[in-house]
Amino acid sequence: MTKEQIRDAILEIIAQIIPDEDLSNLKGDIPIREQVGLDSMDFLDIIMELRKRYGIEVPEDDYMQLATLDGCVAYLDPRMREL
Amino acid sequence: MSQDRSDDVRSDYDVIIIGSGLAGLTCANMLARGGRSVLLLEQHHNLGGLATWFERKGHVFDVALHGFPVGMVKTCRKYWTPEIAGMIVQLKGIRFDNPQFSFTTTYDREDFTGILEQRFKIPRENTESFFDAARNMSFYDDQSMTTRELLERFFPGRDDVHRMLMEPIAYANGSTLDDPAISYGIVFSNFMSKGVYTVQGRTDRFVGKMREELLRNGVHVRTKCLVNKIIIEEGQAESKRAAGVMANGKAIRSKAVVSNGNLLSTIHELVGDEHFSKGFVAEGKKVRLNNSSCQVYIGIRKGERIDYIGDLLFTSEAEKFDSQELCSRNTTSRTFSVYYPSTRPGSDMYSIVASSNANYDDWANLSEDAYRASKEELIQRTLDALEKYVPHIRDKVDHLEAATPKTFQRYTLHASGASFGTKFEGLKVSRGLPKEIRGLFHTGSVGIIMSGWLGAANYGVIVANDADRFLSSGAANV
Repeated sequence: MTKEQIRDAILEIIAQIIPDEDLSNLKGDIPIREQVGLDSMDFLDIIMELRKRYGIEVPEDDYMQLATLDGCVAYLDPRMREL
Repeated sequence: MSQDRSDDVRSDYDVIIIGSGLAGLTCANMLARGGRSVLLLEQHHNLGGLATWFERKGHVFDVALHGFPVGMVKTCRKYWTPEIAGMIVQLKGIRFDNPQFSFTTTYDREDFTGILEQRFKIPRENTESFFDAARNMSFYDDQSMTTRELLERFFPGRDDVHRMLMEPIAYANGSTLDDPAISYGIVFSNFMSKGVYTVQGRTDRFVGKMREELLRNGVHVRTKCLVNKIIIEEGQAESKRAAGVMANGKAIRSKAVVSNGNLLSTIHELVGDEHFSKGFVAEGKKVRLNNSSCQVYIGIRKGERIDYIGDLLFTSEAEKFDSQELCSRNTTSRTFSVYYPSTRPGSDMYSIVASSNANYDDWANLSEDAYRASKEELIQRTLDALEKYVPHIRDKVDHLEAATPKTFQRYTLHASGASFGTKFEGLKVSRGLPKEIRGLFHTGSVGIIMSGWLGAANYGVIVANDADRFLSSGAANV
């Protein structure tokens, strides 16, 4: 997957978890939780979806790296590039 | 629909879940949805754990789910079904009545701020900054500050305000003024933003829908199936792993085991101290259980009616809020959950469940006669208190029954009848279990934060994620 596809994949997962939120103006460098109503359980849902859809394991110690959209792409790129 | 036969269970599962409290149920559902083969075992004939009910003379008494935060709607929608989420409704009449204050509220942030300003003369800014501080608390904050200190910081010398802010939480999860402020802050900010919610219809229907969903997702459900032991095997390099359970005397194997039993009985009885490191057992011994409960179930005779007196009443005759008074055998502090026909569409019956916090030791060591007399006294004191809100209550009643910590112990098998799991330190021990024994997990009310109905259900999801990760890792096959 390209970085652009990875970003779209993450947005698709988030859209499924919080269907009522508008994600069109989500800024990449600001924590997602500061921009939309995403609580800690929603965040866990993202982690679970990544495993279910792409077989990616995110250890708890790495959760902080997924706080922003840019952070997600940077973290997932080496893990999803070959998908 | 009793499914108590264990002869048709398979001999091998991905996961066996012991206990079907809301955490165990939700954990089972999430794992099954993820394609895992799941066996859910419950010793009682109903699923639900403490989220239970019973029938007497046409009355259905709900033992729990008397009030929870709005977050439960989202949790049920995401981890169960929209239909189950749709059974949740707001309780609009939350009534406080004690020597310090008396009023009815919707118990949301807006309403509360107004009441604090008008009745208690607390400037709006003070309340706002308190709410913000509570909401911004996280698990990583300082754990040494107590709830008492937090309340004193924002409302110095105002034990009436402390009472209003503390009392409902004490009933929701057994916490006291001496527990860490962060656990209070996290629960409080969840609870207080949008009011108190319950299940419309009855607990049996709510849990019944969950059962249907579990079966749809392929979970094997067995009730009246008591697990005596978790099977522990030696793995590579002296490591240990959970390999299944002994249930009703029969071995059933699995790659992972999730216990939704009480944390302490999971460690000391289901597994056994000999399988853990000395350090872990020592840490486990330090975990304090939360208190238990007493309840009085009051059935109103068919044809009788009672006027609307509120949905959930927090009542007390104690001059001041006192965590010890709250649990004492002669406490005057109790909640009344009032069920009107409107709370249960299709029914024309009224019932009331009175709940108070209680200590197991105050009830466990009574002689049989003293125990019976104490139960009767509990019923009569409760009716005396209720008389104030429902005049001539004794003339309207056709069923009275009491439950004590011994009753809770008997039906849930929780050590000391604990009705809110463990204190704060239990969370770390619960989370530490898989590091001691591979493939062994615990979920349920622990550490206040993962407590109350919403906390328990969410903790079920968190542990489902842990177990699923373990099963994916390949470690499960070693």
